[in-house]
Amino acid sequence: MIECKDIKKEYTTGEEKTMVLKGLSFVINDGEYVAIMGPSGSGKSTLMHILGALDTPTSGTYLLDGKDVSKLNDHELADIRKDKIGFVFQAFNLLPRASVIRNVALPLVYAGVPKHEREEIAKKALIQAGFDEARFNHLSNQLSGGQMQRVAIARALVNNPSLLLADEPTGNLDTKTGEIVLETFEKLNKQGHTVILITHEEDVARHARRIIHIKDGEILKDEKIK
Amino acid sequence: MSETSIPKTSIKIADLIEETFSAVSSNKTRSGLTMLGIVIGIASVIAMVAIGTGAQSSIEARISSLGANLLTIQPGAPRTFGSTVNAGRGNAQTLTKADASSLSSLSGVKAVSPESTNREQVISSTSNTNTSVIGAVSAYPEVHNMTIAQGLWFTDSQVSGFAKVVVIGPTVQGDLFSGMATSTVIGQSITVNGLPFTIVGITASKGGSGFGNTDNNVYIPLSTAQQFLTGSIYVGSISIEATSQSVMTSVTDEITAALLARHKITDPTKADFNIINQADIASTASSVTGTFTALLAAVAGISLVVGGIGIMNMMLTTVTERTREIGLRKAIGAQRSDITLQFLAEAIVLTVLGGVIGIMLGWGVSWGVTRFFSITTQVSVNSILLAFGVSAGIGILFGYYPAVRASKLNPIEALRYE
Ligand SMILES: Nc1ncnc2c1ncn2[C@@H]1O[C@H](COP(=O)(O)OP(=O)(O)O)[C@@H](O)[C@H]1O
Ligand SMILES: [Mg+2]
Repeated sequence: MIECKDIKKEYTTGEEKTMVLKGLSFVINDGEYVAIMGPSGSGKSTLMHILGALDTPTSGTYLLDGKDVSKLNDHELADIRKDKIGFVFQAFNLLPRASVIRNVALPLVYAGVPKHEREEIAKKALIQAGFDEARFNHLSNQLSGGQMQRVAIARALVNNPSLLLADEPTGNLDTKTGEIVLETFEKLNKQGHTVILITHEEDVARHARRIIHIKDGEILKDEKIK
Repeated sequence: MSETSIPKTSIKIADLIEETFSAVSSNKTRSGLTMLGIVIGIASVIAMVAIGTGAQSSIEARISSLGANLLTIQPGAPRTFGSTVNAGRGNAQTLTKADASSLSSLSGVKAVSPESTNREQVISSTSNTNTSVIGAVSAYPEVHNMTIAQGLWFTDSQVSGFAKVVVIGPTVQGDLFSGMATSTVIGQSITVNGLPFTIVGITASKGGSGFGNTDNNVYIPLSTAQQFLTGSIYVGSISIEATSQSVMTSVTDEITAALLARHKITDPTKADFNIINQADIASTASSVTGTFTALLAAVAGISLVVGGIGIMNMMLTTVTERTREIGLRKAIGAQRSDITLQFLAEAIVLTVLGGVIGIMLGWGVSWGVTRFFSITTQVSVNSILLAFGVSAGIGILFGYYPAVRASKLNPIEALRYE
């Protein structure tokens, strides 16, 4: 469960201070499928970095499964990411010249999972992400965009995280493959995964069951769908 | 974050090794070119040290082949520090056979060999040569580490009986009896300074050339040489074999005292002889070549440093190129120390691999130098271990800065990096 209370984020560039997040408060329960939607520059990615324990807020508290993540140091943040977070990026960020299996199993290397168990776990995650079994041993740079994003989703799933965070996951895909990726998130959500989808597109956001609209670092509207 | 705490890593060693090898092998051309600097550096260190060590040991071997624990007494005043006047030691005649026999009873003296040397024309039935004729006693071969290849050295009774027997060196054999079987050379007659001598032995070759080459000598009994060649009671020099290296100094002192007494000289600075210690010459020569070796190694070492800088340059490029990968690894839970280790391991693998190839190349070069230029080389285990350690050390030294730089990348910015 995610509980955010008055999250603020301020960046200082030279003399100038910019408040990017201006006090956000919301709760996301386990098993929800939430879209965070807003125009470019509204602070979506900044928020995702905080929710994903890549960064800490300037002020406010962020409880993830009851643990206050907002004041942790680098070591502790890395541990949170390792155990609880699965990221899906717009640019896929796969290791080139590495096989699909190796890409998906990479988080398990840092999680200390023994080598002989990794392949099985990675395969399970790939099947969950709807990736074609025939291509498990292909190199990541031999795949199409849609295939790459499924590998990235499998990689995000492999540690069985409490939270799947996807920042513009369809941004580099055409509409049709984008739809397939979004269907994958829907399916994963139905299996019980908490999914947070970050997008600037209304069409994409509509796939979620709740939309948090943000603009200029503030929540405009918290909308339930259906 | 807590900088003082022990770095926390999550990656296992086996995985680190696997990640490292896959990174190094994913760009083989570049890894190879980067290693080349280390390969050349290590190879030149190995080859240079091998050449230097080879020179050192061949000088030592040459000097010790002159005789073990050898002291040489020469006539003439000793050279003292600060004295510019040399008392013409080669021409002075102060030492006699009686002096030599008196020394054999001293403790620490194993064998005494009084000797004379004359340059003479030596003639066989078919050929002739001009060479050194050494007047020697029966102890000569032992004192000078000389072995007899064929026949026998002359006996005490031949020496005391003024026998006209001769032992010749292998070069002289070749000059005088080319084409004749060695066994039939024994018993042949040659003339030295017009007198007929019977060949009783041939010495084994010691090799070498120029100074210290004894293969071109002929040896006759000292008594015979004194009577027919030098015509004097004096000897050219006296060689002494001490019982061990450790008594050389005390034996030198004993000999000095005994000869001063025999020659009735009270002031040691006015001595009419001087004693040369072969070990001193050996250690001087070997310290000179040691310095030479160190110099060669230092020059080669510079190329190692250049290779190290190449590694650093390549690692910095790699870190920049793989910024997104670093960001991703951090996003999925890699600790800062995991990243440091990963890049450090890559640098170390490159240098150690380069080191191993360099050792083999250096070995090959040393072999080639010996094979094609007839220069003695010696690849020592020490220099290999050192080269190996140095290459790993270079990996750590020059890989550390890029690795730390990688580990300090902010994951958010790294993921956004284009
Ligand atoms: N490291 C940073 N330093 C200064 N300003 C930043 C930094 N990161 C983001 N910003 C600013 O914060 C605002 C929100 O950025 P971002 O969260 O990336 O927006 P979105 O993802 O909604 O497009 C932008 O105006 C951006 O320029
Ligand atoms: Mg964004």
